[in-house]
Amino acid sequence: MTTPVTSSEGGHPPLLDLKSVSKSFGGVAALRDVDFSLAKGEIHGLVGENGAGKSTMMKIIAGVHHDFEGQMLLDGREVRFRSPRQSLAAGIGMVHQELSVVPDLTVAENVFLGSQPLTATGAIDWARMDKDARAQIASLGLDIDPRTRMGSLPVGIQQLIELSRVLFSGARIIILDEPTSALSPPEVERLFKALRQLRDEGRSLIFISHFLEDVLAISDRVTIFRNGRKVATANAAATTKDGLISQMIGRGASELSAGESAELTGNASKRVMLAAQGVSQGGILKDLSFDARAGEILGVYGFMGCGQIELARCLFGKLPLDSGTVQLDGKPLPLASTAAARKAGIAYVPENRRMMLFRTEPVYKNVSIAILERIHRLLVKPQAERDIAKTHIADLQIRPPNAEMEVGQLSGGNQQKVALAKWLTHKPKVLILSEPTRGMDVGAKQDVIRIVKALRDQGVAIIVLSTEPETILTLADRVVVMKRGRVVKAFETGHVEKGDLLAAA
Amino acid sequence: MTEAAKPSPKSFDWAQFVRSQLRNIAPLITLIALFVFFSLASKSFLTLDNFVNILAQVSLTSIIAVGLTFVILTGEIDLSVAAVANAIGIVMAFFTLQPDYANIQNVPVPGLVAVVFALAACGALGLITAFGVTRIGIPSFIMTLAMMQIAAGVSAMLVRGQIAYSFPMIIQTLGSGKFMGLRWLIVVAVVTLLIAHLVLTYTRFGRYIYMTGGNRDAAEYSGVNVKFIIGSVMVISAMLSGFSGMLGVAYFGSAQQNQFDTFLLDAIAAVVVGGTSLFGGRGGIGNTIIGLLVLGVLNNGLDHVNIDSFLKILIRGLILLIALIVNVYAQKMRDSSATTE
Repeated sequence: MTTPVTSSEGGHPPLLDLKSVSKSFGGVAALRDVDFSLAKGEIHGLVGENGAGKSTMMKIIAGVHHDFEGQMLLDGREVRFRSPRQSLAAGIGMVHQELSVVPDLTVAENVFLGSQPLTATGAIDWARMDKDARAQIASLGLDIDPRTRMGSLPVGIQQLIELSRVLFSGARIIILDEPTSALSPPEVERLFKALRQLRDEGRSLIFISHFLEDVLAISDRVTIFRNGRKVATANAAATTKDGLISQMIGRGASELSAGESAELTGNASKRVMLAAQGVSQGGILKDLSFDARAGEILGVYGFMGCGQIELARCLFGKLPLDSGTVQLDGKPLPLASTAAARKAGIAYVPENRRMMLFRTEPVYKNVSIAILERIHRLLVKPQAERDIAKTHIADLQIRPPNAEMEVGQLSGGNQQKVALAKWLTHKPKVLILSEPTRGMDVGAKQDVIRIVKALRDQGVAIIVLSTEPETILTLADRVVVMKRGRVVKAFETGHVEKGDLLAAA
Repeated sequence: MTEAAKPSPKSFDWAQFVRSQLRNIAPLITLIALFVFFSLASKSFLTLDNFVNILAQVSLTSIIAVGLTFVILTGEIDLSVAAVANAIGIVMAFFTLQPDYANIQNVPVPGLVAVVFALAACGALGLITAFGVTRIGIPSFIMTLAMMQIAAGVSAMLVRGQIAYSFPMIIQTLGSGKFMGLRWLIVVAVVTLLIAHLVLTYTRFGRYIYMTGGNRDAAEYSGVNVKFIIGSVMVISAMLSGFSGMLGVAYFGSAQQNQFDTFLLDAIAAVVVGGTSLFGGRGGIGNTIIGLLVLGVLNNGLDHVNIDSFLKILIRGLILLIALIVNVYAQKMRDSSATTE
């Protein structure tokens, strides 16, 4: 199953060596018998789908998880980090995907957060801090006054500055999780130049990314993960993007299982219900255009950070558009507030249930909140609310079937169903679903898929946004692929496979 | 509901019930304990006359506390209530013909017009607060702190250190008159509490208030116009404060600066001691009524037991502290019992 790994660098022992490492969470295996080695002075790419085990392995290396099976050797000595602090002390630095800068502090303060240089008297040495910060970010090709407020800079620049913090911390091993997702091509080039320089100084880097071109461009070797196992480690120079994709997916086209391919049935003659033209927002969405048609499910696929979340928030009036127009059924869609968008006929289920539910309120009040104005006259009618809730509880098979139960006491999948139920009586013209089946068991997934398709058949225009190709391919009649805030490809009809989506994104 | 979904009497989980109802049970027990204590400690406490006294004493506070309950249920705060009450009482007096000895340079208009002017003034102050909080995005704590100062400034400018003594007839009646032997003030307070309870419990607006306080994000993602709700409760709070201020000056028989200073702490204490969550979304008028009675019984009872009047202030502070601890604790217990993920 796993390719035996020997150090490729002429017999030197690897700097970091993991031997048959396994890790499971509550009986579910996240990593199975994985070998991984990192040589001194190499950039090692790491690819795999969501949930393939990349993050779990990095968290073991970074000391977040320590109750794993197997061995981890650093410089030939067995180590087991009990905390991120211990890992850091051993010279391992990690840059997480989520930006963790303090927007209200200056660039220099961010660069030296928690480790400000001091003068002899114990005060912060501002002059030295500014000088060092300037030198440090200049090596990434950035000419920025270190006294600029962080929040006033574009997201890509902020990310580079955050990277510089770890890059120049003196760490021997640097783990980068999706460092390029918010960067523009010239920024990626700057980053790569700095990474190569660090490699040439003898540091070792692990580069995790969904952007396979980036991985191949920067890495010396690439390790591919699938379903918690290591599939292979290959020389980047001898590998192609398609080769990586087929190893990540693990099957030829003939053996794809359900959800890994689909026959699209996009129908251009259907009425356009929602038309977005040239939508831009906050430097994340860039001149984005697409249509959603009545009676069709439009899948919007893209990697994390591609702007899906922002797009959905914009269409529901939660984030203001910087430019562009959105038309609903031929008329401009009012987006001043979520209330305006709801009244116009937009419904939205965000990716995070907590953002959507009133956990200490009973199920029926959660379900009725979006439609109160329809079922009340002067006063609210709790009995009507309960009746509506009971219909949905039966329809969506919410367990336990109790309209009085506090939503916070339901299981995750059932909470998701309540979030969906909220919009079913609203009868929206457009239903926007972010990650509609994430974290659900098989049965719950089937219920949600059935309900969403039934709504589609009633003529609702449905937009499903997901970072999981399976979710998109299971539901969508038509697919658009987003990349760095733009729509880069559209699939209208015909056969489409997971690999096609991965290749386009 | 099916039989299985109901907890059977035998397996009724008392611990769970107390945990989830702590914010309602604790104030009620406090009230009963205080009532029993003062009844035993003082002969003059437990009389019908004294009970009516307590009600009259909390009536003005209760009208302010109602507005504040709306505000706190959304998770916001209004620190300007007492200052607004003071300013509006003075505004009304400013538009009423004063006796010669009052020595105020004012603009007398007919009584009802003066009332309308006063109501318009508190509406305007409320709208300014609402605008600052929802449109500009100033935290309500700071915005209402500014409004407190603005209202105090209005009071100062209009009376310039003087005292006004006469008020429109209708307010004079409601504030200090009697209705079938009962003070009109008590009737007005009870009606206000009743209407507020109905609005909060049985209207869409009331539901939105609870939902906004319970989870603002979720309310917004459900298409509730959260800014409108928060703006509205700010206006309601200012209006009720102003109304209380109008009745208050009639009750006191005079309008002057700094007359309502103790009402801010009393009103906040009543709402919080009653068990309405400072984080929003939990509680209601029922809680506020209990809180008002706790404060009323405490203030009144301490007078009956002949206690050091300086110690009185300290005791009130301690009771408020305990209520705050229970409030935060109740929130934590609910949060943990509602989390199953």
